[in-house]
Amino acid sequence: MNPSRVIRLRHGACVPLAELPRLEFSSFRNTLLDEVAGEARVVSLFGHPGGEGLDLYAVLARDWKGELVLLHTRVKESFPSLTPECPQVHLFERELAEQYGVRPQGHPWLKPVRFHQRWVKGADIWGRRDDEHPIPGDMDFYRVEGEEVHEVAVGPVHAGVIEPGHFRFQCHGEEVMHLEISLGYQHRGIEQMLRGGPHPASIYQLEAAAGDTTIGHATAYSQLIESLAGVKVSLRTHAIRAIALELERLANHVGDIGALAGDVGFLPTASFCGRLRGDYLNLTAELCGSRFGRGLVRPGGVQFDLDPARAETLTQRLKVLAAETRGAIELCFDSPSVLARFEGTGRVTADDAEALGLVGVAARACGLVRDVRLHRNFGNGETRFDTPVIETDGDVFARGNVRRREIYASHRLIDEDLKRLPAGEIRTALPALAPESLGISLCEGWRGELVHVGITDAQGRLARYKIVDPSFHNWSALAMALRGEQISDFPLCNKSFNLSYCGFDL
Amino acid sequence: MLNIVRERLRQGHRTGTFPKEAPKLPERFRGLPTIAQNLTPAECAEVAAACPFAALGCSDSQLQIDLGRCLFCADCPAAARGALTFSGDYRLAVRKREDLLLEDKAHRLADKLDKRMRKLFGRSLKLRQVSAGGCNACEADLNVLGTLVFDLGRFGIQFVASPRHADGLIVTGAVTENMKGALLETYAAVPEPKLVIASGACAIAGGPFRDSPEAHNGIGDLLPVDLYIPGCPPHPYTALDGLLRLLGRL
Repeated sequence: MNPSRVIRLRHGACVPLAELPRLEFSSFRNTLLDEVAGEARVVSLFGHPGGEGLDLYAVLARDWKGELVLLHTRVKESFPSLTPECPQVHLFERELAEQYGVRPQGHPWLKPVRFHQRWVKGADIWGRRDDEHPIPGDMDFYRVEGEEVHEVAVGPVHAGVIEPGHFRFQCHGEEVMHLEISLGYQHRGIEQMLRGGPHPASIYQLEAAAGDTTIGHATAYSQLIESLAGVKVSLRTHAIRAIALELERLANHVGDIGALAGDVGFLPTASFCGRLRGDYLNLTAELCGSRFGRGLVRPGGVQFDLDPARAETLTQRLKVLAAETRGAIELCFDSPSVLARFEGTGRVTADDAEALGLVGVAARACGLVRDVRLHRNFGNGETRFDTPVIETDGDVFARGNVRRREIYASHRLIDEDLKRLPAGEIRTALPALAPESLGISLCEGWRGELVHVGITDAQGRLARYKIVDPSFHNWSALAMALRGEQISDFPLCNKSFNLSYCGFDL
Repeated sequence: MLNIVRERLRQGHRTGTFPKEAPKLPERFRGLPTIAQNLTPAECAEVAAACPFAALGCSDSQLQIDLGRCLFCADCPAAARGALTFSGDYRLAVRKREDLLLEDKAHRLADKLDKRMRKLFGRSLKLRQVSAGGCNACEADLNVLGTLVFDLGRFGIQFVASPRHADGLIVTGAVTENMKGALLETYAAVPEPKLVIASGACAIAGGPFRDSPEAHNGIGDLLPVDLYIPGCPPHPYTALDGLLRLLGRL
């Protein structure tokens, strides 16, 4: 008998907890490892305190089949770590240790993730006290010893207008031997605040999980609540959400290419793209009044309609912007001095990308075909997205070029969506959520795959809400990309990933 | 090279005409609310209780809105009752926390700094930005001020890399427990006299993360604030307007 529960997933799914068999840990472990050795990857792994011990849930994706595999087991104070055999769960296990005080035995890199107060009382595996808040960055950083080896520490407050994080470089001269990234400074306790919900404040907290991915996280959350409530939203809702998601992608990708150009000192593209990014944000504001899409996506639908006049305005403005964007970007990708800095810098191999479980732009730049839009299309199953953008070199150029090609693809997608906007209601009333169920929702944000999982209690309230932002997987890739690079290339490599601190910290 | 020049001509001159001309914002933009007093005391209390962030209140059964807590959201329970409408007015920044409490009186916009401070900072203001537990949208829209559309530099205002080079801090985020120490140390590293600007609902009052066990409700209890810029996130023109008012340039 196959011990796992397999579901086909479109945009969201809901399974009664009773239908999810609880496996012995050894069976859980073997199934997970077998699946990962085959064609699956881990999209989420999290805990939820059960009767005695901690319930563990794993969600694996078999991308090509459009299937999800759900696994469930229960552990006590410790369990044998899966990380040595399956590195992509390394952060999930550290997270479990930090939140619930369970020890993944044999984890090779067992350090705190976000430096927050424990979620359950009792002994901390790092010996930190219950009555004191942990100190961020208080852990043993990996060190390289030796003559002429030096350590560079940066942050949490950085030189630009950016979020806080701490970086430790182990350098030999200019060469970086190892980079360790310690985050948690932006930890606002979102998952804990969502418990007992959905609360009136929940949607706002999700919209602000990562501000640049407002539409993405709000869509993932809404899909989850809709599937737990057993509601199907209209095709028009799906279309408006899809347009907003592509606008979000455009604004961020264009901004990123501008920033990459700026980091190698190619100012024309940096300046043009800085302006164009704002223009794309203004298109989103045209739709809903907010440049970041605040207030647009709500469980059950969207809050603003795209009337024909507005759709026409968007089409016309997008046409002008598309031409200007192409001009600005091609300038940079035509310039040998820029390409010389992009090509071969910050390389991540496809094997490493696969082992670390990368998603989104970073994964597609390494040749991995991972795009939720492809495998889990919206609405009635009719897909309009069939060609994910794939590059194979895994370097700064590849990550830039994925963005460049996705920008052009997004222009086409929005244009088509605007032309054939389905009729229908834009908002449906939501009944109560199904009690004792597990809901899953995936959404391709501009950075990559957003995974939201919710478990409801007997009253249909959210007992556990788990968010996986693409940055959660991908920060490790930045550390890998820096190995053997010059420390002065860090800003360029960092920008080529442009990962979220707050999306990781939650 | 020729291509660069050609593209430069095609992209054109894009710097906005602000502050000479008011910017044109999208029709659905939600700015300064106007309050219509059409609620009974019971309705007023009901509406106030429905705001998840306690931005709405009643004093003598008169509806009040705290722009510091308000996210300018599209689901406002008072707006749904017609007791409040969001205008397109982006000018929101004030000098005092109590000025953010809006009733039906006129909104009191930020006063300029005193003469001595204007002499010091009026023509050149260097700010160190500290991001302390928000969502990065505030930071993103402050960054936008550096683009050629807003061109913050032409007003003599600049974001600098070190607190030692700065005349003040512009803080975003609700101040997480994990950023409190770094924020206070950065403040201490700015030479006197110094300014503190709270940008966004999080920095003013905790925003969507109000009363989180892992965060403070903004910087109000931690630092003396000279300018409050409301919004979630504030529109770049809201921030620019506030900065220019502070310097007496508007």
